[in-house]
Amino acid sequence: MTKQYDVVVIGGGHNGLVCGAYLGRNGRKVLVVEAESHLGGASKTREFSEGFKVSAGAHLLTMLNPEVRKDLRLDEHGLKMAAKDLKTIALAADGNNITIDGDSISGGDISAKDQATMKNFHKTMMRFTKLLASAFRNRPPKLVEGDWHDRINLMKLGLGMRMLGREDMRELMRVGLINVYDVLHERFDSELLKGALSLDGLLGSHMAPRSPNTVLGYLYRRLGDLWGYRGPSLPEGGMGAVGEAIASAAKSMGVDIRTNSAVVSINTDAGRATGVTLASGEVIEARIIISNADPKNTFQKLVGIRNIETDFARRVENIRMKGNVAKFHLALDSLPEFKGVSSSELGQRLVIAPDMDYVERAFNPTKYGELCTTPVMEIVIPSIHDRSLAPDGKHVLSAVVQYAPYTLKAGWENEKEHFKQIVIDLLEQYAPGIQSKVVASELLTPEDIESEFHISGGHWHHGEISFDQILMMRGAYGSTQYGTPVDGLYLCGAGAHPGGNVMGLAGRNAAKEVIKRGAAA
Amino acid sequence: MIADKNRLGFTNTNLSTEPHIEEQVLRTPFHEGVAKACKTNHWFDWKGYTTPHSYTEVEFEYFAIRSSAALFDLTPMTKYRIEGPDATDYLNRLVTRNMSKVAVNRVAYAVWCNDDGQIMDDGTLFHLEENVWRLCSQERCLDWMRWSAMGFDVEITDETADVAALSLQGPTSCSVLRALGCDGVENLKPFGIAYFTFEGTELAVSRTGFTGDLGYELWTTNDKAMPLWSKLLEVGKDYMIHPMGADALDIARIEAGFVQAGVDFMPAEVVIRPGRTRSPFELGLDWLVDLKKPMFNGRKALLKEKAEGSRYRFVKLDIDGNKPASNSFIFNKSGDKVGTVTSAAWCPTAKSNVAFASLEMPWGKDTDQLFAEIYYQRELEWTRVLAPCTVSNKPTYDPARRRITPAGDC
Repeated sequence: MTKQYDVVVIGGGHNGLVCGAYLGRNGRKVLVVEAESHLGGASKTREFSEGFKVSAGAHLLTMLNPEVRKDLRLDEHGLKMAAKDLKTIALAADGNNITIDGDSISGGDISAKDQATMKNFHKTMMRFTKLLASAFRNRPPKLVEGDWHDRINLMKLGLGMRMLGREDMRELMRVGLINVYDVLHERFDSELLKGALSLDGLLGSHMAPRSPNTVLGYLYRRLGDLWGYRGPSLPEGGMGAVGEAIASAAKSMGVDIRTNSAVVSINTDAGRATGVTLASGEVIEARIIISNADPKNTFQKLVGIRNIETDFARRVENIRMKGNVAKFHLALDSLPEFKGVSSSELGQRLVIAPDMDYVERAFNPTKYGELCTTPVMEIVIPSIHDRSLAPDGKHVLSAVVQYAPYTLKAGWENEKEHFKQIVIDLLEQYAPGIQSKVVASELLTPEDIESEFHISGGHWHHGEISFDQILMMRGAYGSTQYGTPVDGLYLCGAGAHPGGNVMGLAGRNAAKEVIKRGAAA
Repeated sequence: MIADKNRLGFTNTNLSTEPHIEEQVLRTPFHEGVAKACKTNHWFDWKGYTTPHSYTEVEFEYFAIRSSAALFDLTPMTKYRIEGPDATDYLNRLVTRNMSKVAVNRVAYAVWCNDDGQIMDDGTLFHLEENVWRLCSQERCLDWMRWSAMGFDVEITDETADVAALSLQGPTSCSVLRALGCDGVENLKPFGIAYFTFEGTELAVSRTGFTGDLGYELWTTNDKAMPLWSKLLEVGKDYMIHPMGADALDIARIEAGFVQAGVDFMPAEVVIRPGRTRSPFELGLDWLVDLKKPMFNGRKALLKEKAEGSRYRFVKLDIDGNKPASNSFIFNKSGDKVGTVTSAAWCPTAKSNVAFASLEMPWGKDTDQLFAEIYYQRELEWTRVLAPCTVSNKPTYDPARRRITPAGDC
């Protein structure tokens, strides 16, 4: 006899597993179904050339929520860090690099003024981020018809803003909706520093320093700092280890997990979800279906756009979630040398963003579907800290390459090799000789990211993190508070509040909401 | 068409050749005939088209509807062609009624709602062929129609300007059509569509209308518009045909109990204040809502409304006296303001002072003693009366000839 489940979670990405684990802990019978053979979704370690393994999706752990980590006892389930608090080295073409370590900056021709400003800037930003964090711990409040709980949350947000004090509140109101370009320009002198800092506001997005919402992006990124990450961490075994640890935690809480089980549809009957159908044709029934897939996937493909009403269908269609980032992997037969980076510093986070105008110009062509010839990069060589990733003496390099538009006019199939060469040539400028060390390489365009990780548009965050797509507007108005217009169907992925990165709060909050609703869920 | 536009879209030297910019208001393909017949020269802008309030005298035109035949230029009505393998499925998602039950060559009245279950508009759906429909309505809503088409293999085209349409209403309307050469039109059932030939071109005739009387709507191409208009007036002479304007039609539709968008309800898409929209239940259109359909726009909200109750109740009132209760407040016996009138007219054939009112719940439940507060003026002196009114659920005027098939020959 088939086992009966209370809850089916679609997608064994980190949020799906977190959600399943919390529900399992609550005594629900939970099944997580995952299309791929591995768990963790975009937290995935895989081989891309014989003996060379890499975190194929997210490659740094910047903000895994400590409460989730503790609640699910992820450390007991094998989560270990190979490196923590990575510094950021802003690479200069001449090797006169700058190192950013939390609020300390050094190297280059950095001035004492910039150094002092950085301390203050960091403090101010952290105060703003605290506000954000308090809103992220809970389900997003509803503006209209909210219950007392929502009202208190809204009040807390307002009160929190007021408690910042007059000067800080005024500053938050002033900078909140402008862009990181202006905010950094009015404070700092060093172009190289500003270039590197601006990335924190826009990495993974379809935005550049002059885009609105980049200040929000910057504050969002600071959540990691608030949760004890002075810099990014590298999990032992790559990012896949995060997924495995959460999966192990979920299993220990009684959650059943099935891999290689792609869901092809969420079945509904008169507006209520009744179960899922797998690619095999198997139907699994459950009263509650929770989708870790992005909102477009969930509603347009799985529920079916014909089965949702027009207003909501229109909002889902309009969610901005076209990725503009590629992932790049190199297998190297020995450690490369980067100009001005000592071998002891090579394991840090290296960024190529020489100034903010460079970043903005890198973005420009991609707005029109054209290829970027001077990309921005975030580079890490995880094999320095973690020998399990590459054969002895050899290394893997993983890079986020921005910008690479989801819709490229010339077609990625025609331009992929060209773009790969652009990236290698750029690396060669900063790390002369690196090309001769390359054993194998791999470029994942947003199209590849879309198909490998089942993310519509290949957007990391399942939708842009911007003021029109956060809190009660995420994934779309009408799917607020994890519930959706389809009764019994919930969202728990990055496309729901509070959004992307390997954070785990969307999964946790969704589980809490389902538990809170009890029989009414 | 505009070669050199400035930022506001106007050329500096030449006026645009765009008709709506050149003329401000469009003319229907019947305009030549309409303008000639319009002796009152009393026009208004109906959805971008210049349209007469009246031709000679409103009362006279109204009595043409009820006693002989009245001809009305329907062209400004929105006409969308809905075509494709998923056309019927699409309409079932769009409107609250079950369209699978509407056969080819049949017409159905329907309303459509937004996700909140609030009416966007009402209209008639013509099942022209297998997988081909025409929607005829008051509001323009192409944007909504197309958004609703996501996921359906269906094409929606605006044919408002390409289909010339006339309404021919009244007891002699069938005879006029027979005189025109529409042999057998008398056998057309209410809400049926039949095809005839007029001067070598197909003429579609539907037994539909907005008067609650025997009547037809005629659909043809723009080039046949003027010949059709002239021919109808010519052959209709013996049957006392008369063109009618919008004012006469308004009395007839109130008498027949038909609601109108923008008057009796505000299309949800244009409403900006909360609570100003209406659901089908709040307009007394429960019969148009098929909650058994598994999916349609507004279903979830309407189910909730059904369970929790509506905010308003729509009633047809018969008001004492003969002063139309236009824009009146409705009071109950305790003097509470319980609602407002949306449409009102003295209806000559029914000899009844009719008003449509929207009553606020829960007051709307108790309709024992209601009063309409009517203001009227006689030579600058205003009088206020509190006219007692009674709720009537049937149309005030509902002649048997409206339904009888074959249609009467008179």
